[in-house]
Amino acid sequence: MSATPLLELRGIDKSFGPVQVLRDVALSVHPGEVTALVGDNGAGKSTLVKCISGIYPTDAGEVLFNGEQVHIGSPRDAATLGIEVVYQDLALCDNLDIVQNMFLGREKHSGIVLDEPTMEQLAAETLAGLSIRTVTSLRQHVSSLSGGQRQTVAIAKAVLWNSKLVILDEPTAALGVAQTAQVLELVRRLADNGLAVVLISHNMNDVFAVSDRIAALYLGQMVAQVKTTDITHAQVVELITAGRSGGLGLATDPGSNGDGPQPADSIPGGVR
Amino acid sequence: MTTTAVRKDGPAAVTPPPTVGSHVRNYVSRVRGGDVGALPAVLGLIVLCTVFAVMRPTSFLSAGNFANLFTQGAAVTLIAMGLVFVLLLGEIDLSAGFASGVCAAVLANVVTVLGYPWWVAVLAAVATGVIIGTTLGMLVAKIGIPSFVVTLAGFLAFQGVVLLLVQEGTNISVRDEVLVAIANRNLAPALGWALTAVAVVGYAAVQLLRHRNRAARGLITDPIAVVALRIGGLAVILGTAVYVLNLERSRNVLIVSLKGVPIVVPIIAVLLVIWTFVLQRTSYGRHIYAVGGNREAARRAGIGVDRIRISVFMICSSMAAVGGIVAASRANSVDPNTGGSNVLLYAVGAAVIGGTSLFGGKGRVLDAVLGGAVVAVIENGMGLMGYSAGVKYVVTGVVLLLAASVDALSRRRAAATGTR
Repeated sequence: MSATPLLELRGIDKSFGPVQVLRDVALSVHPGEVTALVGDNGAGKSTLVKCISGIYPTDAGEVLFNGEQVHIGSPRDAATLGIEVVYQDLALCDNLDIVQNMFLGREKHSGIVLDEPTMEQLAAETLAGLSIRTVTSLRQHVSSLSGGQRQTVAIAKAVLWNSKLVILDEPTAALGVAQTAQVLELVRRLADNGLAVVLISHNMNDVFAVSDRIAALYLGQMVAQVKTTDITHAQVVELITAGRSGGLGLATDPGSNGDGPQPADSIPGGVR
Repeated sequence: MTTTAVRKDGPAAVTPPPTVGSHVRNYVSRVRGGDVGALPAVLGLIVLCTVFAVMRPTSFLSAGNFANLFTQGAAVTLIAMGLVFVLLLGEIDLSAGFASGVCAAVLANVVTVLGYPWWVAVLAAVATGVIIGTTLGMLVAKIGIPSFVVTLAGFLAFQGVVLLLVQEGTNISVRDEVLVAIANRNLAPALGWALTAVAVVGYAAVQLLRHRNRAARGLITDPIAVVALRIGGLAVILGTAVYVLNLERSRNVLIVSLKGVPIVVPIIAVLLVIWTFVLQRTSYGRHIYAVGGNREAARRAGIGVDRIRISVFMICSSMAAVGGIVAASRANSVDPNTGGSNVLLYAVGAAVIGGTSLFGGKGRVLDAVLGGAVVAVIENGMGLMGYSAGVKYVVTGVVLLLAASVDALSRRRAAATGTR
């Protein structure tokens, strides 16, 4: 890899009471690449995303952004750095239109009055820049949009803010075939525009269709982070379900056959 | 969904420029899709007025009765305007009626018992409203008690507070000239016309400026004919109303001349403009809609949800205070029943009849005024027909239920057609 990663995590630990959810997690995300974050239910994907986006504090470990150590204490800190998250449940307000949703919480003003024309223009430019052609009117309520269009709006909203890192949590989970293709195309375009993209997905077809790298979480540990071209479909599935595949993943597996949490100190950290 | 038309310059230029015809078609399809807006209130108003005009042509259609409608409906309308804010979040304030009673009692005590000037009393009443609203909002937002329960408790407690403030059942009269004038005097006819002109010119300026601004930036604009129609419509409605209100309505002109726009009308109009501006043109208003539409999304967008929730209760109780002042002015006194009996039901009814949703996220301050007009016409017309209070209560209850059904059904239809 050429430059320093945009985002680098080292030794991230996170517990909820007695339950250790993340264990010594390392992850690096590069600009211009789609990094797929895969793992079974409960592997800690969402928790990791919430740590990156400042919703949860981490217990240990360091976060480097552009090579510099940073502290992300709140969603606002993350937004200031240029980290935007598109959540699985979209977080759009049905009763507002596309422009209003895209600028929600960060409206443009002239004086105390909302500057609607400027917001509408910026929204139109952002959508055009992403070659989004599926919405007919920027002033239609989000409730009248299809699932794919909503996802598109949510992603465009994340891009609007000169973000450098966009994290997508299962963006295609609820979509049909054609809409999934649309959204994946958009995800690819984000990376081609120079953004760093983290794509969380359960769907191996999606992962192999758009990602440059795959990072696999297994019971709170990062078991592998490899280039998509260096790994097969079956190997990824093995990493997700068993935590290792051939030379990849966990080196040894003392005592446990894969389910149930393991003692924190018995397993070495993630392998690159 | 996916459209196949060839486009080169982005979504802003996607749809062809709207014409009057497409504007009308859009409106019809919105209504059919369940977005009925203020249509039920306007239709209801027309039907009710027609019925009462036919049944009681002389008394209902007189200029005097028209003026009465405004003073009768003013207090309820003002309380309903505040309730719209609470309803926008999907909350309810059942204590608004008696909150207005408490504020009116404070007003009467300060001006009559303590003898302070009228403006001190008004400030004290509104400040009482702000304190009540802050307390209710804190209990709802910070402690997390459902607003229904908090304000039901308020409903009972404030009823007691009114009794305590008016010394167990006596009433306190309000004789201050200015306070009595609010609901009982009229503007000079010329002043009425001047204010009408200001309103129409102001509205026209805002509409035309926006149209020009958007057109200059190449954004989609409403056709100029529609804009002109809106301005003309407002001019006709205001002009007719002011003309009728400026007619002599005294039974004996030799004793007293009675004409002009009641003073409460510009008060309601100014508050309507201010609150509409806050809701539609500021980010605070935008955030209210956002919290009402999807609280979690609003929170993730960095909006202080608790702050918004507390503030709407403050607005609601302050507007209740204004309503209480108008009610005290109209009755020339405050008694234990001020803000009681049907005031709250009428106010909630006015907001919902006007088109504000009980489910949150949808509503305008104008809804309260339209709904308030419907409630006032029912109350007034049925009184003229000589029905008993019992019949009036039943009919108003049925109308409220009808409005809530329209709300629920249009919501269901909107969910089915995806155009909420």
